[in-house]
Amino acid sequence: MAQHINKKARFHSLTANRLLDGEPVYLTGDHGWSEVLSDAVIADGKEEGAKLMDVAAQAVKDQHVVNPYLFDVDVDGTTPKPISVREQIRATGPTVRLDLGKQAS
Amino acid sequence: MYRYDEFDHTIVKERVTEFTGQVKRRLAGELTEDEFKPLRLMNGLYLQLHAYMLRVAIPYGTLSGTQMRMLAHVARKYDKGYGHFTTRQNIQYNWPKLKDVPDILDDLATVEMHAIQTSGNCIRNVTSDQYAGVAAGEIDDPRVWAEILRQWSTFHPEYTFLPRKFKIAVTGHSNDRAAIKMHDVGIIIVEGENGEPAFDIYAGGGQGRTPMVAHLVGEKIPARDLLHFMDAIMRVYNMHGRRDNLYKARIKILVHALGAEEFARQVKEEFAKGGAGEDLKLPDGEIERIRAYFAPPAYETLPDSDAGYEKALAEDKAFAQWARTNLADHKVPGYAIVNVSLKPIGGIAGDASDAQMDAVADLAETFSFDEVRVTHEQNLTLPDVKKSDLYEVWKRLDAALLATPNIGLISDMIVCPGLDYCDLANARSISIGQMISERFADLDKEHDIGELKVKISGCINACGHHHVGHIGILGVDKKGVEFYQVTLGGSADENAAVGDIVGPAFTEDEIVGAIETIVETFVANRKDGEIFLDTYRRIGIDPFKETLYAAA
Repeated sequence: MAQHINKKARFHSLTANRLLDGEPVYLTGDHGWSEVLSDAVIADGKEEGAKLMDVAAQAVKDQHVVNPYLFDVDVDGTTPKPISVREQIRATGPTVRLDLGKQAS
Repeated sequence: MYRYDEFDHTIVKERVTEFTGQVKRRLAGELTEDEFKPLRLMNGLYLQLHAYMLRVAIPYGTLSGTQMRMLAHVARKYDKGYGHFTTRQNIQYNWPKLKDVPDILDDLATVEMHAIQTSGNCIRNVTSDQYAGVAAGEIDDPRVWAEILRQWSTFHPEYTFLPRKFKIAVTGHSNDRAAIKMHDVGIIIVEGENGEPAFDIYAGGGQGRTPMVAHLVGEKIPARDLLHFMDAIMRVYNMHGRRDNLYKARIKILVHALGAEEFARQVKEEFAKGGAGEDLKLPDGEIERIRAYFAPPAYETLPDSDAGYEKALAEDKAFAQWARTNLADHKVPGYAIVNVSLKPIGGIAGDASDAQMDAVADLAETFSFDEVRVTHEQNLTLPDVKKSDLYEVWKRLDAALLATPNIGLISDMIVCPGLDYCDLANARSISIGQMISERFADLDKEHDIGELKVKISGCINACGHHHVGHIGILGVDKKGVEFYQVTLGGSADENAAVGDIVGPAFTEDEIVGAIETIVETFVANRKDGEIFLDTYRRIGIDPFKETLYAAA
């Protein structure tokens, strides 16, 4: 699997694709899953990130999500902002079809 | 066109039933993702950035009006109203839900379509020349041989778990429109003994992170030995191809490591062993049975020129502009080959809406003996249109926004989905294509520049064929920021070549200006009658380096 975190980065959120429809989803603070990135819980440092991955592993076993991984975020107050273009696009939709993806709803 | 026999119907139907069960078990938790992933990939189902992606096979890019209507139906019912035609002459849907995929495959099977051989380490859907059977000067119809290869390769037990995916392209024409030298195996039909078709077989071509042009490994292979010879190639590859390193597993690496001569020697040695050879010798009856499916349609005897067509050309400038670029010569007098551009200015290369697919299906049924082709350059072709119908066809295409007069010009780019959709991409490619298309939107300017193939990939896997673009653009990621590396002088035709990297990569803001500088440098240096590639081959890369980086 591709690496989506930089060793030096401090803050991460966790994303996966929902099994049923492939929709990108984000792990929330109460260990639920949201389609909206701003709902994502923020892990401060490696250990917290590892704990989120443990929660995600159970959701994979439960047939809820696939392909979970951590990605780098900047923190704006309590809201995570993805650093990479890739995660910005996943969180919104194709930049060439603004009528599609999360940005459309 | 080829029609399924009882075996084809059975294997496709059984595959749909099998995959329906696998999806059910996955959703019930009886299969893990690790177990399910190779199964879904064998059925063309990927997981991309925003959703699953289903790739549907269009064998050698040929389909009927009914099949095109089904592709529109799938887009409308199960997806978001459009599909994306690919360089493998297939179509991809970007938003199917896993639970719907069995129904999609079930619907496709009703019109003899499927998603088999569109993924996985097998022999993939065989591609061909979009002008197959209709181009003047063709030695033989490559669809006959592509279909024979299709029947041989589908579910071939020995070649289901190859070291890596394996792509074959076939052309029957000396003008290569199928990029055969950039495939794992490329086949050119040549004249053999007694007027029989024979095959020059090239192996070891490909793009990706190690682009290579294929080498001739079999010369004038007689028609009935085609499968036997292919078997010999596959056995040498299957035996010696690397499985320890994903990036070194394609046949091109093996051919390069052994040397083309040694590889060819081993193939000939394997061929001489006989193996399953006798069983694989194609009986005349079988060749003729397949050939009959591709018999020419009932062409009318017509004069080559048509007064109505000539009048429309003289009176309607927009039609004349389209005719100049989007028509190709047909082998039968009074007919033309119509190229349908899927590259509207500022649009998304290769995308077609459900309504557009229906419109093309209508045109095929009414004006082109019910046949459509998909080109590897992400356009469509109506192969058999009477010249007397061209004006009407153009008007209907224009109404469906399918008459952009730009085939072969700078805005007719190959563009992969890139980071807007693809899980593997490092950078966006569609948006770059759109910006270039808009920058060169002036049709007179496009015509003045002439034939120029720009190809854009969003990562080194090179789905956008950037290595063989006259101008190639490769998106790269530098610490989360998109950059674009430019290559010049690539070509995918009979004089195939891999492009040369011109220098340091450009930012998103710089890349369109850089392309403009390259084009201006060409225009300033060209001699009469030269296209970009001619000039590049004459003057080399240095003048382009100078104009691109002089100010830096």
